[in-house]
Amino acid sequence: MMGAEFVSLSLTPMVIGTLAAMACALPGNFLLLRRQALIGDAISHVVLPGIVVAFLLTGVVAAGPMMLGAGAAALIAVLLIEVIRRLGGIEPGAAMGVVFTTIFAGGVLLLELSDTSNVHLDVQHALYGNLESLIWLDATGWASLVDATALQGLPPELPRMAAVLAGMAALTALLWRPLKLSTFDEGFAQTLGLPVRGIGLLLVVMAAIAAVAAFDAVGSIIVIAMFICPPAAARLMTNRLERQVWWSLGFSALCAVLGYVLAGYGPIWLGGAHAVSAAGMIATVSGVLLGLTAVFGPYRTKV
Amino acid sequence: MLIEALSLQLGYNATLVTIGAGLLGAAAGAVGTFLFLGKRALVSDAVSHATLPGIALAFLAMVALGGDGRALPGLLLGAAVSAGAGLLCISWLTARTRLAEDAAIGAVLSVFFGAGVVLLTVIQTLGAGRQAGLETFLLGATAGMLRADALVIAVGGGLILVSALVLRRPMLMVAFDPGYATAQGMNVRQIELAMMALAMAITVVGLKIVGLILIVALLIIPPAAARFWTDRAGGVIALAGLIGAVSGYGGAAISATAPGLPTGPVIVLLAAGLFALSFLVAPRRGVLAVGLRRRKVRP
Repeated sequence: MMGAEFVSLSLTPMVIGTLAAMACALPGNFLLLRRQALIGDAISHVVLPGIVVAFLLTGVVAAGPMMLGAGAAALIAVLLIEVIRRLGGIEPGAAMGVVFTTIFAGGVLLLELSDTSNVHLDVQHALYGNLESLIWLDATGWASLVDATALQGLPPELPRMAAVLAGMAALTALLWRPLKLSTFDEGFAQTLGLPVRGIGLLLVVMAAIAAVAAFDAVGSIIVIAMFICPPAAARLMTNRLERQVWWSLGFSALCAVLGYVLAGYGPIWLGGAHAVSAAGMIATVSGVLLGLTAVFGPYRTKV
Repeated sequence: MLIEALSLQLGYNATLVTIGAGLLGAAAGAVGTFLFLGKRALVSDAVSHATLPGIALAFLAMVALGGDGRALPGLLLGAAVSAGAGLLCISWLTARTRLAEDAAIGAVLSVFFGAGVVLLTVIQTLGAGRQAGLETFLLGATAGMLRADALVIAVGGGLILVSALVLRRPMLMVAFDPGYATAQGMNVRQIELAMMALAMAITVVGLKIVGLILIVALLIIPPAAARFWTDRAGGVIALAGLIGAVSGYGGAAISATAPGLPTGPVIVLLAAGLFALSFLVAPRRGVLAVGLRRRKVRP
């Protein structure tokens, strides 16, 4: 299991899955505490239409335009939710439901009506991702990790996801105090002169960037699960935000690695011949983890 | 072609599907109103995603028992059981832990859906000869629907609509003010359970036509649109039912006119169009009316 085959076939998907999970869990902590946990759900539904429109406009399947399209769709969705909520006087949950289902339906219709049969672009792919296909063909063993020419052949998702996670961590560290203050006590933060609405918007943009980058690599199931489950489990482990963030990062990494291993090797251990969906298994593991913390977590009950 | 579809002249099956979609839309609009007024619209999103593992398990069980894995009643039963389990998880998480309802909804939604995807890949590896076609439950498909399936949907939609109308008074009271309902001697838990059971029934019946990702739209968009036109709860229920019925009927008819038009998305987009119309031009609460009033007030 730990030989050369592991390095080329399993190591990169596992690392990419871990990075994606952590990048989503980080902003998820703040969304959870602000009762905006479902923003991640809404964003990951509108990513598909954004990608479809970007493909129809440019005619190519390339990471750059697609991520721009997905980001634009996420921003449009967030703006529409705000407009419907404020001008229409509709509660946020319903406003969100109206917007993301409509945009998703539009995306599916566009996809069905346009000729995308020759490119790898479909609803299933968008939901499950293609984690298993992010292999590193140039690797011949652990030594390849220090081999410059082999490293050139790494799947581009890996450095991209690493950069997004690093950026996310840097922003969180830099804006730690304002983020924390405006999350726990918006009124107090406002009296201190903090741009509360700007911070709220920034958080949504951070979530959108994480969702779009992770979506490309791992599909939207992992994105939604990682926005919510690791932070929720972490919340049941501690009362301090600092520790909650660390717990959630640890949990998300654990879910990604354990989920990938169980999906890839679990069926073989049980006597089966084929691996099952890694994305689905990672989400399942995160649910089991949340269940365990809900039963045994030291800070599980209401205060 | 469209005129023929709208006037039900495209054959027996298409007619049954169109009528079924109309009934389903009406029932979804009415049931969705209770959730909407109780500010719990997104619970239905978790319920609908939670049907996937049940569908897959039901398929596996029916195949293991030597039957046809694709029998719709069995699949819908499995969907209902796992949706119920999802609902229990949400209420357990919100009651027993300090997590808010939105976190519980998101957790159940993603975890159940993920488990369902794992089971779907298990089914795929069981042998290509038994391609289950369970993926059609994600986005719905009416093409090639069996007559018996269409009948199940039409009858199911009608039954849900009738139950929603029978139970409307207690459910409205609970949606608006659970405290007052308790003081009136009502069993709030039981009524909430009935409300959720109806939402679950809509999801399960709608799986085949609209699909589990978009069915939530039929529960949310019609009441949200209807709310712009009237302040009376009874009026919102009636209007939401009407908007749902028009979207379901019209969407199914439009998608029957061309092979590439997926039914679920067309129904949802039709409902969204009616929502946009209500949002803009409804008297009193519509955006245009509010804007005009503001201008008049300003000297």
